[in-house]
Amino acid sequence: MTFAGMTFAEIWTGYLWPLIIMVAQSVLLLVILLVAVAYILLADRKIWAAVQIRRGPNVVGPWGLFQSFADLLKFVLKEPIIPAGANKGVFILAPLVSCVLALAAWAVIPTAAGWVIADINVGVLYIFAISSLGVYGIIMAGWASNSKYPFLAALRSAAQMVSYEVSIGFVIITVLLCVGSLNLSAIVEAQNTRFGLLGWYWLPLLPMFVVFFVSALAETNRPPFDLVEAESELVAGFMVEYGSTPYMMFMLGEYVAIATMCAMATILFLGGWLPPVPVAPFTWVPGVIWFTLKALFMFFLFAMAKAIVPRYRYDQLMRLGWKVFLPLSLAMVVIVAAVLQFAGLAPK
Amino acid sequence: MIFPALFFYLFAVLCVGSAFMVIAARNPVHSVLFLILAFVNASGLFLLMGAEFLAMILVVVYVGAVAVLFLFVVMMLDVDFAELKQGFLQYLPVGALVAAILLAELMMVGGAWVINPAVVKAVVAPIPGNVTNTEALGLVLYTRYIHYFQLAGIVLLVAMIGAIVLTLRHKPNIKRQSIPDQVARTKATAMEVRKVASGQGLKETAQ
Amino acid sequence: MGFEIAGYSLLPVVPELVLAVGAMALLMIGAYRGDRVTGLVTGLAVFLVVIAAALVLWLPPGRLVTFNGSFIVDDFARFMKILTLTGSAVTLLFSRGFVAAATRRMFEFAILILLSTVGMMVLISAGDLISLYLGLELMSLALYVVAASQRDNLKSTEAGLKYFVLGALSSGMLLYGASLIYGFTGTVSFAGIAAAAKSGSLGLVFGLVFLLAGLCFKVSAVPFHMWTPDVYEGAPTPVTAFFASAPKVAALAVFVRATMTAFPGITQEWQQIVVFVAIASMALGAFAGIGQRNIKRLMAYSSIGHMGFALVGLAAGTPEGTQGVLVYIAIYLTMTLGAFAVILALSRHGEAVETISDFAGLSRTNPLLAFFMAMLLFSLAGVPPLAGFFAKFYVFLAAMKAGLFTLAVLGVLSSVIGAYYYLVIIKVMYFDEPIGAMEPARGELRAVLAVTGLFNMLFFVYPAPLIDVATLAAKSLF
Repeated sequence: MTFAGMTFAEIWTGYLWPLIIMVAQSVLLLVILLVAVAYILLADRKIWAAVQIRRGPNVVGPWGLFQSFADLLKFVLKEPIIPAGANKGVFILAPLVSCVLALAAWAVIPTAAGWVIADINVGVLYIFAISSLGVYGIIMAGWASNSKYPFLAALRSAAQMVSYEVSIGFVIITVLLCVGSLNLSAIVEAQNTRFGLLGWYWLPLLPMFVVFFVSALAETNRPPFDLVEAESELVAGFMVEYGSTPYMMFMLGEYVAIATMCAMATILFLGGWLPPVPVAPFTWVPGVIWFTLKALFMFFLFAMAKAIVPRYRYDQLMRLGWKVFLPLSLAMVVIVAAVLQFAGLAPK
Repeated sequence: MIFPALFFYLFAVLCVGSAFMVIAARNPVHSVLFLILAFVNASGLFLLMGAEFLAMILVVVYVGAVAVLFLFVVMMLDVDFAELKQGFLQYLPVGALVAAILLAELMMVGGAWVINPAVVKAVVAPIPGNVTNTEALGLVLYTRYIHYFQLAGIVLLVAMIGAIVLTLRHKPNIKRQSIPDQVARTKATAMEVRKVASGQGLKETAQ
Repeated sequence: MGFEIAGYSLLPVVPELVLAVGAMALLMIGAYRGDRVTGLVTGLAVFLVVIAAALVLWLPPGRLVTFNGSFIVDDFARFMKILTLTGSAVTLLFSRGFVAAATRRMFEFAILILLSTVGMMVLISAGDLISLYLGLELMSLALYVVAASQRDNLKSTEAGLKYFVLGALSSGMLLYGASLIYGFTGTVSFAGIAAAAKSGSLGLVFGLVFLLAGLCFKVSAVPFHMWTPDVYEGAPTPVTAFFASAPKVAALAVFVRATMTAFPGITQEWQQIVVFVAIASMALGAFAGIGQRNIKRLMAYSSIGHMGFALVGLAAGTPEGTQGVLVYIAIYLTMTLGAFAVILALSRHGEAVETISDFAGLSRTNPLLAFFMAMLLFSLAGVPPLAGFFAKFYVFLAAMKAGLFTLAVLGVLSSVIGAYYYLVIIKVMYFDEPIGAMEPARGELRAVLAVTGLFNMLFFVYPAPLIDVATLAAKSLF
């Protein structure tokens, strides 16, 4: 039996088997990711509660551990309502876009040496591209709802996310200058020095780490930059008209995007799967554990920022993005490039 | 070799289809969304050609930034579709004629197409084997093509100056926040402690 | 001078570098000092242009090539660059009075003109299709902005928008043509195209047509002239003077260079296009100008016609023809700048006037101004022994030598018809009753007017220098 000049055996070993492997890996990653998201959602609420000296969700399951799954069931079983004036197709498409794009970014994230679905050359650019698409979910939702508050939220988010992408882009460029590759695994390997955690990029590029963290907050519409869904001004922003499953998909997309940003920060600045001290007991621990711990630490920072910092005013947000971060990151690109060039540290 | 071909046709058909929908869609917002779909598919085609850097940059720049602002503007427009469609039938014959002539001419050109051997050579050896796509671009962009690169930079500078000249208005009577002033405020400059005698009130208010 | 970048000598681009870096320095001054320094920035900009012109002359003689052949400095480029820089410098002088008014203060104006001039110089020196396109965009983008610079004025914004939309369309056509040419020849450099384009294959001719369409738009030749009257009328007058001078020189220069150096093998093919465009432009310039009331619109049709005459020389496709184009554009530049000096000088009660009837009785209220204007108009019409006559003489001579008799005859005919509307203005100035006194002209306008007027009147006494330089410049292309 031949097909397009190939025998079945060739097709099987050349295409089908790799395809099956890839699908299996993707499903595995997806399941782990979704469970992880369920628990970081819970962690977010618990940390928030703890800061405000409350208990947080504690009813469903022991210590409220099944709260997120109860919420999932609740959302899925409710009736999805589409407003009469809404643009139906776009209205339904918006949460799908937001959720699928957030999940798609995980295809290139290496959680340990070699543990990645697609080890592509331009991994950083891919994540940057996918996260810059995230804004479409919000804009489409805001416009399709055919209602004032969602629309205002969409406008806010478009301007906010485009603004902060600029500085994230420059931060990524400074890291790339030090690494000399766009491959995410190569970025982690470049931080593998004998200094352990002091050799990771958070220390030499400390200002950029701060800029990245704050920009990541703004890019994912997290407090203190959650003007997109500022409940005191816009009710619930672009999600006003959404309920049940579509609403849940927005929530999911949002938290997956946060997880992506935590993973990005881990890879770019915290040495990915590398152990903090490169000596015996630490190097025995599998890389994925280190990766998860670092990503969780980043998430803890996200949660604490939400609990502690009051919301920015919109003009302050824009000022911070364009007048502080943009010049700072531009200057850092020049400084880092100059230092690498003249100190002879440039890769290759 | 069949899978790349399948993906090529998938991306190509989607790209052409969404490009057609850009002009066929009744709602301008839908048009822009189809335009974005066309961009994404074009970047898929770039990927198939091995131009991964261009593919990603296309998404980052066109889809992630330009199209967002474009969508932004289109969403705020209040377009009366009935009015827009009014002249359509009237101009249809002339438009169809022009399009038919152009199509015929393009087909003639296509028939006369003799691919130059130099071009074929340039296409089959686009990237030096041992460097990645991104590196290959970087190696020539700032050396061999420095002239074009710098000129393109000046063009963008002019575009920026132009945008500022045409839109920026310095309005008087606008309160602006001055962060340094706010930070420089101390207890001494910000408040004044007065003793207020009971039942008297303050004679004059501060300021 | 051994300075270079990435192995390319920077020497040939020194004038452009000085202009670009100077413009950015002025931008910094303006950005930090605000509109108060408009006068200073404009003055410094004139100074920069003069320095750039001096540097163009200072470059070592002969043919300098850099950036892999994409930047060429030869005698042709030097000649055209000096003309362009003259146009820019004079326009900047013109604009001093305009931007000095408190309501119109805008330091960016001079910077945009400078950057546009950089684009023109790149365009003139372009040795391949990519630098041609980039130079063209740099030039045009700044022009779109200065056309719309009076943003509270409906006509100015309309002019800017029209120019922008049509300009973008023409850029698209030019790029389409360039991509076809690249597809059929496998190279973008003019020398490479010339080597590959020995026979006119259909695809190559298609590319050529689209390329020429884009270039025709920039020189405002028929049938791509529609934007000209509206943009000339709507744009602020110093901007109109700029449009009519420097960009025309640069666009014509690249027109000549592209056709002569990239397509010498298929002269037959482009010659017929240029002949058609030349005839159509001359005819439209002659007839459509007749009914105009507004002097700026009239100058628009006049410049369309003059571009037609200049293209007659190009149509010949010979060194003499190219020399004719060079002489023509040089003289056209002086005539146009002089005429615009007069138009700018006309203001009554502090407001600029721009209808032809406003010229009434100028010979009595302001005899010297009227005399110079009359001489310039005679020159524009091509009346001997003024300079405009010689300009036309050389291009027609070249056309006759190349055997294009019909073209030459049609050219002379349209020149006669076109003379009518120039004469109408002279009649209005000398025989109509004055409406009211004009305000005295600013010093720089009078100086420009005197220089250009005397040049046009006395050219016939000693034409040799210009003719010789033009001959030398034309030779460098062949």
